[in-house]
Amino acid sequence: MELFNPNSNIDFLAGRKVSIAISVVLVLASLVLLATRGLNYALDFTGGVIVEATYQQPVQVDQVRDALEAAGIHNAQVQSVGGTRDVSIRLQPQADQKDVEAVGKSVMAALQKSRADAALKRHPDFVGSSVGAELKSSGIVAAVFVMIGIMIYIGIRFEKRFAIAAIASEIHDTILTLGFFSLTQMEFDLTVLAALLAVIGYSINDKVVVFDRVRELFRMTRKADTYEILNKAINQTLSRTIMTSLTTSLTMFALYFVGGPAVHGFGLTMLVGIVIGTLSSIFFANPILYWLGVSKTDLMPVTKENPELARRP
Amino acid sequence: MNDFPRWKYALVVVVLLLGILYGVPNLFVQQPAVQVTANRGATVDQALKERVQGVLEKDKIAFQSVEVDNEHLLVRLPVGASDDQNKALEAMKADLGEQYVVAPNLASTVPSWMRAIGAREMPKGLDLQGGVHFLMEVDDKDVLDKQVQRYTDDIRGVLRDKNIRYQSVGRGPQGVVVQLRSAEDRDAATSAIQSKLPDLIVSTGATTGDSFTLNANLKPDKVREAALNTIRQNQATLSNRINALGVAEPLIQQQGETRIVVELPGVQDTAEAKRVLGAQATLEYHAVDQDGNAFDAMNSGNVPPDDKLYYMRNLDPSGRKIPILLKKKVIVSGDEMVDASSAPDPQTGTPGVSVHLNATGGRKMLDFTTQNVGKPMAVLYIERTPEVKIIDGKEVRSTKITEDVISSATIRGVFSTQFSTTGLSSSKEASDLALLLRSGSLAAPIDIVEERVIGPSLGADNIKKGVFAVLIGLGAVLVFMAFYYWLFGLIADVALFFNLVLLLAIMSAIGVTLTMPGIAGIVLTLGMAIDANVLICERIREEMRNGSTPLAAIRAGYDKAWATILDANVTHLLAALALMTLGSGAIRGFGVTLFIGILTSMFTSVTVTHAITNLIHSGRKKLKGLSLGSGYSNRAAA
Repeated sequence: MELFNPNSNIDFLAGRKVSIAISVVLVLASLVLLATRGLNYALDFTGGVIVEATYQQPVQVDQVRDALEAAGIHNAQVQSVGGTRDVSIRLQPQADQKDVEAVGKSVMAALQKSRADAALKRHPDFVGSSVGAELKSSGIVAAVFVMIGIMIYIGIRFEKRFAIAAIASEIHDTILTLGFFSLTQMEFDLTVLAALLAVIGYSINDKVVVFDRVRELFRMTRKADTYEILNKAINQTLSRTIMTSLTTSLTMFALYFVGGPAVHGFGLTMLVGIVIGTLSSIFFANPILYWLGVSKTDLMPVTKENPELARRP
Repeated sequence: MNDFPRWKYALVVVVLLLGILYGVPNLFVQQPAVQVTANRGATVDQALKERVQGVLEKDKIAFQSVEVDNEHLLVRLPVGASDDQNKALEAMKADLGEQYVVAPNLASTVPSWMRAIGAREMPKGLDLQGGVHFLMEVDDKDVLDKQVQRYTDDIRGVLRDKNIRYQSVGRGPQGVVVQLRSAEDRDAATSAIQSKLPDLIVSTGATTGDSFTLNANLKPDKVREAALNTIRQNQATLSNRINALGVAEPLIQQQGETRIVVELPGVQDTAEAKRVLGAQATLEYHAVDQDGNAFDAMNSGNVPPDDKLYYMRNLDPSGRKIPILLKKKVIVSGDEMVDASSAPDPQTGTPGVSVHLNATGGRKMLDFTTQNVGKPMAVLYIERTPEVKIIDGKEVRSTKITEDVISSATIRGVFSTQFSTTGLSSSKEASDLALLLRSGSLAAPIDIVEERVIGPSLGADNIKKGVFAVLIGLGAVLVFMAFYYWLFGLIADVALFFNLVLLLAIMSAIGVTLTMPGIAGIVLTLGMAIDANVLICERIREEMRNGSTPLAAIRAGYDKAWATILDANVTHLLAALALMTLGSGAIRGFGVTLFIGILTSMFTSVTVTHAITNLIHSGRKKLKGLSLGSGYSNRAAA
């Protein structure tokens, strides 16, 4: 049984202008989204106090917001969590907010004033704003470090044009995944950041497999036409590309559906990243490689010339 | 087909057996237990064991065993008896009183021979067992302030000693600013400060009219050292206090340059934990009363009117308290101390602690020592912990004060701002004393910048869901591979299973703390580890389609896939390495898991499957095809 015709010869590069155009539009759209809507950062990043309350009867978010306003608690972010009776209230960090218990008490007092059936669900959590800011910057540093490391490795093992194509696709994948989070406004927490960095790892894995085949085909074929070879490489690795994305998706579906709320975001990010990474291996990385103009001579193993032979007439 | 050497088979077998040995401890369910640790002035011994057994028998609490090791006593309760654990805890607390710290714990049931060879279960993170998490930050600005203040006093002293007249010595934006009256004075001051205070960088500042400025800034590495010292001393004081809180396995760890992570498993009352963590320590130097007999005072309760009875922090060799009578009058207090560090005695080379007082403290010390050479002087360590008790339904705030004497030594000569305590038995004792002196005097304010509570039921729920996700993910991949690649899929399945075992074994052996992101990393590793097998199987299929014989196809398939697998995994390792080194907390745990997972998967997916494949196919020259999916099982006929 084959999922794909092993001798498939789809002309993936034919649509390169369209696919790159789509990619560019999506990247721009993501950047615009990130600039305008931003990300819905979780407590890990924003800092502040989070108070979770539960009601015996269903409650509306606006109702909670009004109750807080009435008690003089402004700028609180209220979200409903899991159903209609649980809400989470996030307060921005303030200098006088050192005592978490006191904040929790004042919030609960405000809620109970308007609705007697409100109760504290669990002990409030608190994160200082400096901690969150540092997390963000260390996340960016980690991403940049990963990309530079990968670029150097691919530059050495393959060739600089492969390194450029790989990094361009990595940046593309990361921005699109971030764009997804900006679009859906799903909570961006620490595990999502971890998953985002793992997406980079997954996606580069995928690209390297295709690049590896490109290199092999160049070295094997005597008259190598770049266009043909790139297409052939994608076709020959297509079955593997899809299989691996399927197995990885299977495990991430398991994490998403049964792993519980703590890894929900992680599973989702990976799933989104796998789709984006797989598509970009086929439709983004290779067209770029084509435009950069790799050729057979770039990839031939460096053979030492025999000085004896050179001296002979 | 004998291209697979014997030693590789042996390697596979040995690694798999080791993997099982070190992975298996995770299957042992931990049992509830109660741990008893001695407070100052009490010992853990056989008598205590009998006492505890008596308490448990009296209350009819079924227990499995009572064990005594060097420092702890551990009561093991039957698995699942968490109600009994609370009962035992209450009963033992009531009976043992304040002399012992009684804490609930989870005890490992891994056989002792396994623990002896380092096979143990993975420690679980707070998100899997519940507890409180604090991130505390040292105010490094305050550390710098204190240092600058110290040097301001010192510079005044140096200038006075050298008879250099100055207009003012004060704080500048970066350090100390000295205003002098003439250029000659300034040159003289520069050389005086440089020779006496080598930790300062002295530079000439602006000259306005008859005012000549001199800037003395701290060397950057001195500032860093001061901050690091503060962290270390806070870490030490925190662990002392947490021990008093009675937490079974607390984590107190430095994070970055200015932060300390404190994790207290099993604790739910943050208020109490915070009070204990926020206790304030001070120091006082007192004269020792030599006329009164401290032992008499302890036994009779009659203390001379000018004295107060204290106890030494260290016990005597037989484990009894050592009483000491101190004069009530304070000679010097902790806020007059600027530094304390362990340094060997320059004359004898024995371990000692060098103490540095500020000018006022120095004057008081000079007055006292001139009259009291040859008499002993003691250091009293005082810790104030705010407490809140509910009495008659009202909150009553009070302060619990713990006082003990950390050092007592004879005054050998007259001294003022600088002196040392010598005659300590070891350099460890010296550094401990220096640490205590610093924590009682220089403690920089430390703020809680993060506080999280994870309920115990949430932790248990997380574990259950995490394990379920691992199993479902693993099962789905196993079925999928077997369905698509037949026998080769099954071989990959065996390898994948061993990958999980090996991953768990290595994580357990090196003691990686298992967290929820770590579990996510395990699941992701399972999904991606199979990639190598997909690559190999697809390669073999390709070779078969190109007309190779089955055995040649296997050989070529493994050979050609290896280069790809290596490149793909090295780049992936780079990503995991960055997560591991640059991330903190959750990200780090995930990165570590991913990193180990990639390494184990390279072994299991390639070497282990190759060994099994060869074992099955070698010697069968007349193979017509391979069980690699439909269409490959009988290539010759097709």
